[in-house]
Amino acid sequence: MLRKRRLARGWLPSQKTRFLMAENEDDDSQHRVKEGDYVVLKRGDIYKAVQVLKKKKTIFEKQWFILDNAVGELYGTTFEVVTGTLQPRKPKHIESSADAKEAGTDNRHILDDGKSQKLTRDDIETLKEQGLKGQEIVQQLIENSTTFRDKTEFAQEKYIKKKKKKYENSVMVLRPSCRILAMMYHGREPGKICHLRYDTLALMLTLGNIHAGSKVLVFETCAGLVLGAVMERMGGYGSVVQMYPGGGPVRAGVESFGFPSHFHETLHDFPICHVNALLAGTLDTEAKDVNPVAGQANGDVSEAPAPEKAEGKEGSPNAEEESMETNTSTASPGEREERDKLREIRGQEKKVKMEEKRKKLAAAAALLQGRNADGLVIASRFHPCPVVLGLIKFLAPSRPFVVYSQYKEPLIECYTKLREQGGAVGLRLTDSWIRHYQVLPNRTHPMLLMSGGGGYLLSGTTVATETHAAKIGPMSREEPPAKKLKLTEATEG
Amino acid sequence: MSFVEYSEFIQEGDVAIIFLGHDSMMPVKVQQGAQTQTRYGVIRHSKDLIGQRFGTKVTCSKGGWVYVLHPTPELWTLNLPHRTQILYTTDIANITMMLELKPGSVVCESGTGSGSLSHAILRTIAPTGHLHTVEFHQQRSEKAAEEFREHRVGHLVTVRNQDVCKEGFGVTGVADAVFLDIPSPWEAIQHAKNAMKKHGGRVCSFSPCIEQVQKTCEALADHGFEEISTLEVLLRVHDVRSITLPLPDFGSARPLETPTPVSSNNSVLCKTTTPPREMAGHTGYLTFATKPRM
Repeated sequence: MLRKRRLARGWLPSQKTRFLMAENEDDDSQHRVKEGDYVVLKRGDIYKAVQVLKKKKTIFEKQWFILDNAVGELYGTTFEVVTGTLQPRKPKHIESSADAKEAGTDNRHILDDGKSQKLTRDDIETLKEQGLKGQEIVQQLIENSTTFRDKTEFAQEKYIKKKKKKYENSVMVLRPSCRILAMMYHGREPGKICHLRYDTLALMLTLGNIHAGSKVLVFETCAGLVLGAVMERMGGYGSVVQMYPGGGPVRAGVESFGFPSHFHETLHDFPICHVNALLAGTLDTEAKDVNPVAGQANGDVSEAPAPEKAEGKEGSPNAEEESMETNTSTASPGEREERDKLREIRGQEKKVKMEEKRKKLAAAAALLQGRNADGLVIASRFHPCPVVLGLIKFLAPSRPFVVYSQYKEPLIECYTKLREQGGAVGLRLTDSWIRHYQVLPNRTHPMLLMSGGGGYLLSGTTVATETHAAKIGPMSREEPPAKKLKLTEATEG
Repeated sequence: MSFVEYSEFIQEGDVAIIFLGHDSMMPVKVQQGAQTQTRYGVIRHSKDLIGQRFGTKVTCSKGGWVYVLHPTPELWTLNLPHRTQILYTTDIANITMMLELKPGSVVCESGTGSGSLSHAILRTIAPTGHLHTVEFHQQRSEKAAEEFREHRVGHLVTVRNQDVCKEGFGVTGVADAVFLDIPSPWEAIQHAKNAMKKHGGRVCSFSPCIEQVQKTCEALADHGFEEISTLEVLLRVHDVRSITLPLPDFGSARPLETPTPVSSNNSVLCKTTTPPREMAGHTGYLTFATKPRM
């Protein structure tokens, strides 16, 4: 009855289905890999962050391939590496465990004489060259193992799992997240992130009460991982000020998060070499040539992002200019004119750039000047003591701060100094312990290997000191108003 | 004051945390005319709290002083009234990261319990996310809902009084993440799956006993969840101490020639840390998994 009526009206079902389809398509398009996306490749517990660029060779787990075929596929898709390209894997092949199985009861008859596998290294290589898939190779290995049938069922399972891991060539393409990147860095390049373990990073974000709409200071030398993690938790609401040492902020890790562009508008940076001047009220960001030091330091930034490089390269731009001048002397007058024009344009561009830098510095200074930041996160290879004592002054009272160090002793010193100086309560020096488990029927136990340590944290909450109240007075006049407008609108709306 | 946004000054109706000293705190509901007794004397809300800046020192009637702190989910976890066992910050931190929570996330949780985790979730998913929390104990669910309103996060959360194992979360296809802290999580895995978005998401189950973990992992695998991983995290606190270590006296090489000098400097002062005599050695196992796109 109802159906008939609907059909009579005609447009209703069709329109509805069209609407649903459109919605579905829309839904999916957000979840498809696009060219230029930052993605994470995964195989087992191994991750690698890459950008999807057409025809760009990527090396992952000793295999190279291009990511072109991932474009347009859904995030979370598993691919097989086939002759340097990615091929989406067919939906779940059924494990051929049905035709099993003989199995031993224990290992009393198994001898470790190195002769149980009849296939040689060369045989396996030949199989690979013949284009056998990982699974087929594993099957060959099982068939040519003299001891496989004597192994217990559990041992057989373990054997298959081990061999599969070795010969499989599948790659999963994932959307980056703090969880994945923290585990990736910890697994691949712990030295780059001061051995900050993922659970310690998790604690930092929670103890720091990092959330949308707040104003957070970050000082890190962890390749941008900590900064990116903070930005992810802020979701593009509020502001983050990266306090950086040396010539320029290091943010390689932030790129890997693949944040939408508006997130970057909430990110500011401020060189720590100007902290003292800012605190003393002598930092001038108004006129551009009054502060030549600031200009220079920032001018270098655009050329060399890494602080070491920035310092090392100082002479090189001049050298280039000189060589150019020697060239111009041999050139014709017309060319020379053109060169001069070019140089003028370049000079102007530099001026514009400098002006932009100055404006950025002024904006960051304005954020700090109020001394009303909501959070402070420190994770660096520097001695944490001067860093905390210097930057804690920018926090409002009753705000959390958290300091990471790979070593305990410097944090003991921090703890002592903060106790003496006052201005902080609830100080706690901690480290965290994490253990992973194998969970299988009748075979559940902790993993045989565990991380020995994930670094140390000092956390606490700021409180007002007598001097704080005095300092707030004159400062607050320059303070920029209404830092939380965005959030208020969003929550009330 | 709100649990998702800082304010500078204390207002009527706020929750404030009174910091009394080393590991000693208490929460207060700030009300015009009300008084709070502390071991340092009385705090009069109208005079001592309302209009004051969070983080300032308040002098009590007996002359002692305390600090008044802005509430955060972490301070709340340490101060909340226990109606159940609660989750603590170390587990919460890992749950938050491993579930990939961020502003805008839609999360399902059961049970609500005392709301320790709920507050932390709300802080992280605000201002655009939503929490659907299910509690089978009626009184507890009502109390939680009331607390969320008082803490000005009511607009971010829906509290349902039902049994998640029988009736699910009350929503379908909306969640980015699901958290289970119930006696038999394996019975709620299908409901968790139904609540999650089509393109997938993350799930976490917290269980104190390994037998529960075993069953949950089996159920997760049966329902097609991937990346199943179980872990345990503990926090170790290091108490900072100055200790004095006496130095042994082995005497002089020529005892007869020189009379033993009475050295005043026969000990060394050293800054170190000691572990607490007792610590939480087990809270629960955290099992995480990914729901793939179906």
